[in-house]
Amino acid sequence: MSTFEWVIQLVYVLAASCFVLGLHMMNNPATARRGNQVSTAGMGTAIAATLAIVIHDGGITATGWAVMIAGAAVGGALGLYSARTVQMTAMPQLVSMFNAVGGGAAALVGVHDYMSAGSTVSASTSVTTLLDVIIGAVTFSGSIIAAGKLQGVINSAPVTFPGARLVNLLLAAVAIGLGAYLIAAPNAALLSIVIVAALVFGVSMVMPIGGADMPVVISLLNAFTGTAVAMAGFVIGNWALIIAGALVGASGGILTKLMADAMNRSIRNIIVGGFGTGDAAAAVVAGPGGSVRSIAADDAAIQLAYASKVIIVPGYGLAAAQAQHEVAALADVLESRGIDVSYAIHPVAGRMPGHMNVLLAEANVPYPQLKEMDDVNPEFARTDVALVIGANDVTNPAARRPGTAISGMPILDVDQAKSIIVIKRSMGHGYAGIDNELYVDPKTSMYFADAKRALSEMTAAVKTLVGT
Amino acid sequence: MYPALLVDVTIFVLALWVGFEVISKVPATLHTPLMSAANSIHGIVLAGAMLIAVTAHNALGYVIAFVAAAFAAANVVGGYVVTGRMLKMFRRRPDVPTATVPPATAPSNGSTHKGPSA
Repeated sequence: MSTFEWVIQLVYVLAASCFVLGLHMMNNPATARRGNQVSTAGMGTAIAATLAIVIHDGGITATGWAVMIAGAAVGGALGLYSARTVQMTAMPQLVSMFNAVGGGAAALVGVHDYMSAGSTVSASTSVTTLLDVIIGAVTFSGSIIAAGKLQGVINSAPVTFPGARLVNLLLAAVAIGLGAYLIAAPNAALLSIVIVAALVFGVSMVMPIGGADMPVVISLLNAFTGTAVAMAGFVIGNWALIIAGALVGASGGILTKLMADAMNRSIRNIIVGGFGTGDAAAAVVAGPGGSVRSIAADDAAIQLAYASKVIIVPGYGLAAAQAQHEVAALADVLESRGIDVSYAIHPVAGRMPGHMNVLLAEANVPYPQLKEMDDVNPEFARTDVALVIGANDVTNPAARRPGTAISGMPILDVDQAKSIIVIKRSMGHGYAGIDNELYVDPKTSMYFADAKRALSEMTAAVKTLVGT
Repeated sequence: MYPALLVDVTIFVLALWVGFEVISKVPATLHTPLMSAANSIHGIVLAGAMLIAVTAHNALGYVIAFVAAAFAAANVVGGYVVTGRMLKMFRRRPDVPTATVPPATAPSNGSTHKGPSA
């Protein structure tokens, strides 16, 4: 091993250490930003080392240089533009697109390696190459479909057809079966069939998954991308890729598990069928009857202005109405009266893990006010007013009883507050398609309006009431 | 039988465990920036894209190298920039409410709408 190779390996180890340290520093919002900078520095170092390898190797043609630099410039510019201009509500789509291009690039590394190696490739390299290509291709097409669903370009409802499961099984069998055959007998033409089967499988895997399950899907595809990149690392024998890919795989895996637990659903259940398509929905137990009480802005203002503790429960409806700035304005007015205001955030409140926190941070809400479900649930009993905005299934007390579509799902204990105000456009159902028993609770008042308008009206009413 | 592969697998598995340890300590508040940060880390695939440009010697090879480099560069640049943009918004206290609103978080910055194209 030459001195050059020694130095390069050590630099890669340094870069990998930066990645781990950067992720470690994300365990606290106070150090997270520095963590991202450490990680960026590690990435710069790794890319510089790779550039040194390319120069040292000397085998690259002039066209090779041109292609590499042009590709990086075009991609870098597109990445920079979308990162600078994306709205925080569209963050899940962007993350999904980054998953797609990461997985796609990893698959291409495998494809190139397979084709240039020809028939001289060893079986062990073939295994990792084919895994790289298959996982990368599935991630690529699956992530694009997920982004399309999140953006609303593709129907976000579960899209399924009779025999869909059989088609999926068939595609998986083709990709894996033919892939296994290719290990024994390398054949570049047949590889294209494997790629097509994997791409179609990615599409047919994500199409039947409904919008409410998107936090799980994005996390899962994130884990896939990490695994594909690690496989690409095996293929080209680069430890930086292997370590980085494993870290991302672990991160995606953990988030997938957390999201699935927060909906009390198994990952298999989500992949196999859309919400409400199973038998559980048919077995809905009739909730206690009762009438719904609606409330005017003035009355809501009185409740809020004379409370001593208010918990705001934001759901996806808040993000859909782009009302995060209005809710922050209302909270400001209440806080200026000395009222204790905090936010109760369910793990699946947004369209990706932690999405709601980012939206509220954007509206200048200080992060100590953002409370996780387990921390905030004991506080509801001491709360005067719980203000529910565009959150539905995650507040439904029916989840505590067996026999409903959402039974066993962890919920926010909103019904334990002394008084509850729900802002909602209509009595429509959430994703689970069942009545929310919270709405007929005698302590609950409904405020039927778009979240943005409702919050502006309430803020104005509170200001008028207290004369500021 | 395959010593190189064995070393690679060892590194992979150990890195996986390190990942589980480190990431399980990240609070739910930061899960979106975490995923975005993980996203930028898998942008290391740019190193792979650069290395295949070295061995590309025909038209198809160049096309693959170009697309791979573009994909990976979009991933790594976009990932780090957007993660930094998000983390900048997380603060313990609003800095003098109403008076100074930092530009990156001003409510009006949503005017330049952009989809997730890349």
